Amino acid sequence: MGFYFTQFLTGLASASSLFLVAAGLSIIFGVTRIVNLAHGSFYMLGAYIAYSIVTSIDVGPVGFWLAVLAAAVAVGLIGVAVEMLLLRRIYHAPEMFQLLATFGVVLVVQDAALAIWGPADKLGPRAPGLDGAVRIFGELVPQYDLAMIVLGPLVLGAIWLLFHKTRWGTLVRAATQDRQMLGALGANQKVLFTSVFFAGAALAGLGGAAQVPREAVSLFTDLNIIAEAFVIVVVGGMGSILGAFLAAVLISELNAFGILIFPQITLVLMFLVMAVILVVRPWGLLGRPEFIARGPGEMPEAPYRPADGRLKLLGLAALLLLVAVPLAGDDFLMVLMVDVLLLALFATSLHFIMGPGGMVSFGHAAYFGLGAYGAAMLTKLLDTPMELAVAGGIAAAAAGAVVFGWFCVRLSGVYFAMLTLAFAQIGWSVVFQWGDVTGGDDGILNVWPAAWASSRIVFYYLTLALCTGAILFMRHLLYAPFGYGLRAGRDSPLRAEAIGIDVRMRQWHGFILAGAMSGLAGSLYAFSKGSVFPDIMAIPQSIDGLMMVLLGGVKTLSGPYVGAAAFHLLEDQISRLEFWRAILGVTILFLVIVFPQGLVGFLRQRLSRDEAAP
Amino acid sequence: MAETGTDPPLLSVEGLHSYYGRAHILSGVSLSVARGEVVVLLGRNGAGKTTTLKCIMGLVRPAEGRIRFQDEDIAGAAPYAVCRAGLAYVPEDRRIFTELTVMENLEVGRQKPRAGAPEWTPDRLFALFPNLAEMRNRLGGRMSGGEQQMLTIARSLMGNPSAILLDEPSEGLAPVIVEQMAQTVRELKAEGLTVILSEQNLHFANHVSDRAYIIEKGQIRYEGTMAALAADEDVRAAYLTV
Repeated sequence: MGFYFTQFLTGLASASSLFLVAAGLSIIFGVTRIVNLAHGSFYMLGAYIAYSIVTSIDVGPVGFWLAVLAAAVAVGLIGVAVEMLLLRRIYHAPEMFQLLATFGVVLVVQDAALAIWGPADKLGPRAPGLDGAVRIFGELVPQYDLAMIVLGPLVLGAIWLLFHKTRWGTLVRAATQDRQMLGALGANQKVLFTSVFFAGAALAGLGGAAQVPREAVSLFTDLNIIAEAFVIVVVGGMGSILGAFLAAVLISELNAFGILIFPQITLVLMFLVMAVILVVRPWGLLGRPEFIARGPGEMPEAPYRPADGRLKLLGLAALLLLVAVPLAGDDFLMVLMVDVLLLALFATSLHFIMGPGGMVSFGHAAYFGLGAYGAAMLTKLLDTPMELAVAGGIAAAAAGAVVFGWFCVRLSGVYFAMLTLAFAQIGWSVVFQWGDVTGGDDGILNVWPAAWASSRIVFYYLTLALCTGAILFMRHLLYAPFGYGLRAGRDSPLRAEAIGIDVRMRQWHGFILAGAMSGLAGSLYAFSKGSVFPDIMAIPQSIDGLMMVLLGGVKTLSGPYVGAAAFHLLEDQISRLEFWRAILGVTILFLVIVFPQGLVGFLRQRLSRDEAAP
Repeated sequence: MAETGTDPPLLSVEGLHSYYGRAHILSGVSLSVARGEVVVLLGRNGAGKTTTLKCIMGLVRPAEGRIRFQDEDIAGAAPYAVCRAGLAYVPEDRRIFTELTVMENLEVGRQKPRAGAPEWTPDRLFALFPNLAEMRNRLGGRMSGGEQQMLTIARSLMGNPSAILLDEPSEGLAPVIVEQMAQTVRELKAEGLTVILSEQNLHFANHVSDRAYIIEKGQIRYEGTMAALAADEDVRAAYLTV
């Protein structure tokens, strides 16, 4: 009995920090409509800063909490800097660009933390004055855990008071619903947004700082925390602070007890609970149906035009160049181009659901990974020939998309994005934790192509043929009734339904197709590398896909290939440098601010400006 | 023109152009409103009434044109700056904060008092809209359409404006409420407020306005007093009847 009760208390103690992060994320999203991927980085910074303070100054019991507060304020100020220097320039940019920009911040912070605090994990000293343990039902419970259990509800109460008893809080709640009207009533959005960002970032910093005596902080903390915070915000209901608290408690207790029963699959458990809750209550425990938050009126997307003569020529020229690549006799170039082709297919399949489908997936790498693992496991475990293994990879990815997609298409917007992320994380954690079958962290090695395709040149042409074929097939579909229906569903679901299109079904089919195509890219990837590792289905890989699509321009059809090529070549160049993440991050920030419409979108705009538009 | 005296107009708009994508919504709208006047912008659906008001308020950035309000150039200014200059805006779809109570909705609209403009407090507004007084703590989302329409006007008045833009205030309201709305507009005028409203309902406009502009296809086609418009059957037939 006592043991279970202490486990329960441990769960509650963990819940507090998660609640702080999730509350900050939720408040920032509510007002600015920005899904701040850098929120986990704020948490991490809070932990590192607090660690530095408590290890360099001899703090007493009061000093410790002052140090925690100072870390929170410092992170709040960092948040203000991010908001004023970066986000302010892109509030009017499409949602996904904002996401990309915040991911740029993640990368920069990662390398900054590496440079300042080094690669080793940092575990802070115990909190002065709370370094003992008390006996409850015969079991020892750390005093600090009890303090954490108090901290969560304390902050919850403070936020409630702030939101309901101050003018600032009233304005924040109003902004969550209709910030344009709020502006027309005289509230200065800039000031409000900056102050909200301060509050949200400081909450994340507080969460991180308070964890220092309990858990080591590492350079991986940021993405781990952001994934958990997403789950909590979505389960609790976007914008509901109390919901975030309940969800944090629920998830933390699930972890605390899950670890006793299935120590291997706590991650899976967490995301499964999220999936179930979202299906039963699509807006989360205490969330309300998503209303269209009013922002600046967005322009309807222009229809896709069939390629004109010039574009066809350009495409043909590009294809000829690709065919000619092996003539250069440069093996490295061929390997690089295989990567580019596979990523182009991956990005095109993501664009297929994102652009025309209007479904922004944060977890598209799951299907790439399912394809890769499907093919690799067939090869390793059943000795399947390559041709069949590729088909099997496609089938595995499609099957995953059938199941996950069925849930996902029931949601829209941010919820869709977060659920796709959650499913991708499930996929990743199964692969990562189910070591006996998937090799876990060690991956699957020695997955080589069939004898006839084992030469570099043959494999290159095989890849070129399959990728080109798949990309042209998807392009063709967009000009076929299937694609028209998909776009109709994106632009006006109600009207599309009214003319007899089953929008959800159409989206599901699109999702499955995109998953299968991504699976094709993944299974070829497995054979091109000869191995697969869990990384290829982790969050950063999904974000890479988004970056490729956004780099190219989400409103263009040729954007994904251009974006994939540009991204991969860029990454290939800079990933050899020491602080390549920071360089990549700054590059992303630069591109987002200078080319908010994507590379192809930018070129097209320039072209149509130069000529008199027809 | 219809302005009396030599005072410069409180609000003047010149050569306003606005586009939505490639569609030319406003092509050179000009109008001017004197202090204390009630002016109505009449026109059919899609004529450009709402866009004109949104341009003035800064909610839509005009492609071209000058907007002067109390000797300030407000064309292209942010909505909050326009509001703080003393111009209030009541949208046609009301846009009440449904999760906030009546009192909180009023609080959101509160701005500092302004010299030369009537000063409003919740109590004064409850005197003007007695219905609202009985539901101070009710959530905006739990009010009827008519109550929301009163609240949205009250909320804008909390900014202590010298002029108020009302976008189709009578739209979708029951006849009894429309009558109340007309009474409200007359009381606002009596307080010294300048009122600019857009309307399709000529009957309502007749009851409250001093002067009318008629807009069609983004251009002003007629300007005159309500009496002159009442006498001009041809104009009404050409621009207003459906």
